[in-house]
Amino acid sequence: MSAPTLPAPSAAGLPRPTAAPRPGRHLLTDTSAMVGRSLRLVRRDPDELLLAFVLPVMIMLLFVYVFGGAIAVGTEYVTYATPGIILLCAGYGASNTAIAVEQDMSGGIMDRFRSMPVASATVLVGHVVASVVKNLVTTAVVLGVAYAIGFRADASPLEWLGAVGTIAAYVLAITCVATCIGVLVRSPAAAGGFGFVMLFLPYVSSAFVPPETMPSWLRGFAENQPLTPIIETVRGLLVGLGPDGAPVGDLGPTAALALGWCAGIVVVFLGAAAWAFARRRRG
Amino acid sequence: MSPPLVQAVGLRKAFGSPRRPVPVLDGVDVTLAEGEVLALLGPNGAGKTTTVRILTTLLRPDGGTATVAGHDVVRDAPRVREVISLTGQYAAVDEKQTGRENLAMMGRLAHLPRRAVRGRVADLLDAFDLADAADRRVDTYSGGMRRRLDLAAGLLARPRVMFLDEPTTGLDPRSRQTMWEVVRQVVADGTSLFLTTQYLEEADQLADRVALVDDGRVVAEGAPSGLKRRVGDAAVELTFAAADDARRAAGALDLPVTGEPGAAGEARRPDGASGEGPAAGRALRVPTDGSVAHVRDVLAAIVAAGVEPERWEVREPTLDDVFLALTGHTARTRGRADDPAPADGRAADRATVEEVAA
Repeated sequence: MSAPTLPAPSAAGLPRPTAAPRPGRHLLTDTSAMVGRSLRLVRRDPDELLLAFVLPVMIMLLFVYVFGGAIAVGTEYVTYATPGIILLCAGYGASNTAIAVEQDMSGGIMDRFRSMPVASATVLVGHVVASVVKNLVTTAVVLGVAYAIGFRADASPLEWLGAVGTIAAYVLAITCVATCIGVLVRSPAAAGGFGFVMLFLPYVSSAFVPPETMPSWLRGFAENQPLTPIIETVRGLLVGLGPDGAPVGDLGPTAALALGWCAGIVVVFLGAAAWAFARRRRG
Repeated sequence: MSPPLVQAVGLRKAFGSPRRPVPVLDGVDVTLAEGEVLALLGPNGAGKTTTVRILTTLLRPDGGTATVAGHDVVRDAPRVREVISLTGQYAAVDEKQTGRENLAMMGRLAHLPRRAVRGRVADLLDAFDLADAADRRVDTYSGGMRRRLDLAAGLLARPRVMFLDEPTTGLDPRSRQTMWEVVRQVVADGTSLFLTTQYLEEADQLADRVALVDDGRVVAEGAPSGLKRRVGDAAVELTFAAADDARRAAGALDLPVTGEPGAAGEARRPDGASGEGPAAGRALRVPTDGSVAHVRDVLAAIVAAGVEPERWEVREPTLDDVFLALTGHTARTRGRADDPAPADGRAADRATVEEVAA
């Protein structure tokens, strides 16, 4: 190739910085650049996108057509199970954030970010925002399929808003856990392990069968794990049913518990992720 | 006199557990003047990358101090980051973004004015011969193109000092040449350059000054011309049937007899470990410019002395030759930082090329 010519300093018009940097001065710029990056990366990962859409649909069909006929919940099974399936899929999708974060942490690009005058933790914010956006889109797909096979919500616009908000809070909470795991682990396989947990945790809740049908030792866990109040809230808002398939009464305490869990998880794990991020130095 | 742009004094760093630390840097002293190109030359595991990581604020040293543009790399890390750029061994670009998107993102993160980013990105893509591939995803790029994009990403904000960690490791010869041209342009543009390399030729091509690193210390430094003068462009390596023959040939050429690994006829040991090979005492190394005339003269002089070499070859100097010429031993290579060679004595005291040569 011919000898390249760098753009002349005068043409570039970029004086070298002389003033002392003020931390956080560019926080908004950094964050928006990182969010844009993560959204582009999510959009361009065909494997993950396929998984994000196909897996939820498969699970949906599996539960409604294969298991659904054998599970008696006192109502159409698709009505009972759809809220749980939505949260299963959204939770699994959010857990994949761990893999994306781990890739960044172990790749060369983190060195570049850290050696720039950038609030480098904003790279995590980018992943979190992209995860919430991606999983709300997946949720819409799952809902579409659910409608196609007979699910009907019985919700006012306000209840819809509440349900979507609860799902978003749940996705945010799981994304924060995944982000923390992505910062802590040292291999893609370990990061992927969290997805496994999120694929199975919803089964031991009121997502697919009423907990009262479980043995008592398991029921204690199923009734008190964080997913149960979250699922109850979404189901109550969308179809007005309780875990036993009967019409639900006052949702207030359940919803408060659900949001409390989400908020607690976000605070604890986002804090832990930020702490671990600041301390992690690659050898 | 103003202080150097980069100054490191007694940098120490160990990895591993606190109970079983594995030292990687053992008191590195190094400086870079404004406008200068320094090459940190050494084998894998010598501590080059660790030094760069400390100077670019990615790693805290266990001991010693370092400043860049007068700012301490630990206490004033944010100010250091305003004036440096780092291009590491592994391309720090997103495979799933296009070249242009990568640069635009880095431009925003470098806090360039929004309107300036687009033009600056286009200029750099042109300058680095990436304009045609600008809107293709990076996962379609060749290794050389990735390195050039990576370099361009580091130049968006016009750093005062650029750190290049093994910029051409793993590239084919043609891509390496292209990379060198690009790096020369960066230097001509007024950017000071702190380079690490395993290649003698690369240091010779790019650097004003070379610091030789071995086992976590700078063991020698000087101008590449001094290095070349001492090591030679290439060498004729001769192996004789007997040590006596070698001595007579050496006498005819006024040279010492050597037996270093890599001498003619010996398999080169990739780990660079020294040892008494079968050719010890029977090998002769004669610096040459590689021309037919010179090689013929050398062989004629030996034959005139009444000895006949068993084997001969012309060999380009390697990193081992540099170490041998400057420190009297080959580099004590560590395969990995966490897999240290046994501490078998210290490196020779720090010396300049001239002192060693004297």
